[in-house]
Amino acid sequence: MEFLTEHFDDFVNGFFRSLSIALWGAVGSLLLGTLLAVFRVSPIPVLQGFGAAYVTLVRNTPLTVLLFGMAFGVPGLGINASFYLFGVVTLILYTAAFVCEAIRSGIATVPIGQAEAARAIGLTFGQSLGLVILPQAMRSVVPPVGSVIIAMIKNSAVVGAAGVGSDLFSVYKRMTSALGYAPLPVLTAVAVAFLIMTLSTGALLALAERRMAVAR
Amino acid sequence: MSAPQAVLFDAPGPRARRRILIASVVAGLAVLALLVVAVLRLVERGQFDAEKWAPLVDPSTKEFPQVWGLLLDGLLVTLQAAALAVVASLLIGVTLAAVRLSLGRAGRMPLVALMELLRGLPVVVTILYVYVVFLATGLDVEQFWALVVGLTLYNCVIIAEITRAGVQSLPKGQVEAGLAVGLTKSQVMRLIQLPQALRAMLPAIISQLVVILKDTALAIVVLNSVHDLMWHANKIRIFLDNPLQTYFVVAVIYILLNLVLDRLAHWTQRRLSRAGTEKVVDEANAPVEGEPRRSTTA
Repeated sequence: MEFLTEHFDDFVNGFFRSLSIALWGAVGSLLLGTLLAVFRVSPIPVLQGFGAAYVTLVRNTPLTVLLFGMAFGVPGLGINASFYLFGVVTLILYTAAFVCEAIRSGIATVPIGQAEAARAIGLTFGQSLGLVILPQAMRSVVPPVGSVIIAMIKNSAVVGAAGVGSDLFSVYKRMTSALGYAPLPVLTAVAVAFLIMTLSTGALLALAERRMAVAR
Repeated sequence: MSAPQAVLFDAPGPRARRRILIASVVAGLAVLALLVVAVLRLVERGQFDAEKWAPLVDPSTKEFPQVWGLLLDGLLVTLQAAALAVVASLLIGVTLAAVRLSLGRAGRMPLVALMELLRGLPVVVTILYVYVVFLATGLDVEQFWALVVGLTLYNCVIIAEITRAGVQSLPKGQVEAGLAVGLTKSQVMRLIQLPQALRAMLPAIISQLVVILKDTALAIVVLNSVHDLMWHANKIRIFLDNPLQTYFVVAVIYILLNLVLDRLAHWTQRRLSRAGTEKVVDEANAPVEGEPRRSTTA
């Protein structure tokens, strides 16, 4: 365990670097995913088609293909950035497709009778949307979007492992190669660090879910 | 598919239809402009040059047979890894679900903890972990098996969860009837509960297969000698110096494979619902699909 006490700072720094990938990924993919979901439920066929095409293409491509295409291909277009930035952008583009689908499925769980009842008592389009449908949709969106976010945290490990530098994986690589520690205990520490991220997010989401659950 | 719109919009009248038309034209122009900018940029940077694409798409070049030979070799390894992981995940996952359901509250605690642990770990960490454990125990096997075992460990838990949800959604009468005709508890699980649950959950299970197929491509970031599609793609990219084109072709291969699986999922779902087994799924929890309401969006 001496590697842990002697290099604890490295682990903490690596943890926060990995966490920052996940945090930027969450912020970006929630924004982009919501926009895509709006496209897909909008009455405008062009936007619906764009959203559907984006989701189908991105969702069926492995993250590593996007990641390598971005990191090695995009500089050929004259756009240069750090691996870290490319990694975060890829993670956002990839996760947004899943966020979009999760939001859409949440909206679909609002029973049609709700909209009909809102119209029947004479609410306008804006009122029925703002007062009746969206508040319910927001609640039923929490569980599916939550599991997408947890999956995204796990995918941020892929971005880290691909080599953005100074994250948990590069700590692992440095300690096992340059410093010569046995891989198994170091990797166990890395695994625990990731478990802290995913399990605590999972617990938070379960709490949010319970608080926001609606009896229907 | 039209369910969300059916909730959000009333059938548009003439004025709304005009507004939608205007918005469509504007959005269409915006998307078009985006595409034009992207294509111009690609042309300007020489990304459409024949030398970048020819080895991938022109059978008359001398590189073409080599490149596609390598890609097919890689595809074979990818499919092998995926197939092995799928079969193993299904067998172990269903067993896990059955064991978990038949254990008491105290008995299943360690099992549940282990499952949560495996579910909370990123797959790349699991794959690397398996490889490192292989090394530490002196087990001399190819990295390919680390990939297969890593994928299996992660996905068997997911399959187990899907199966458990399926079993729990069955009506109670199924078990009671089984016990009443004198079957043992394990016979009821094996002969009555699991077959029905698996049928109902088949579409969800097939969707998980897409995930497994995609996740085989993760090997490249933690292992260095699994010669899958992604590994060969990297070699080809370095050799031909055309990253955008190579990864584009590889992405198309993965997308086509996954769309085939996706079709399969839809097809099974349709077949199953025609057979009337969809009633087995808990109707209160089934997603609300407003198919009789199509008229509101038409």
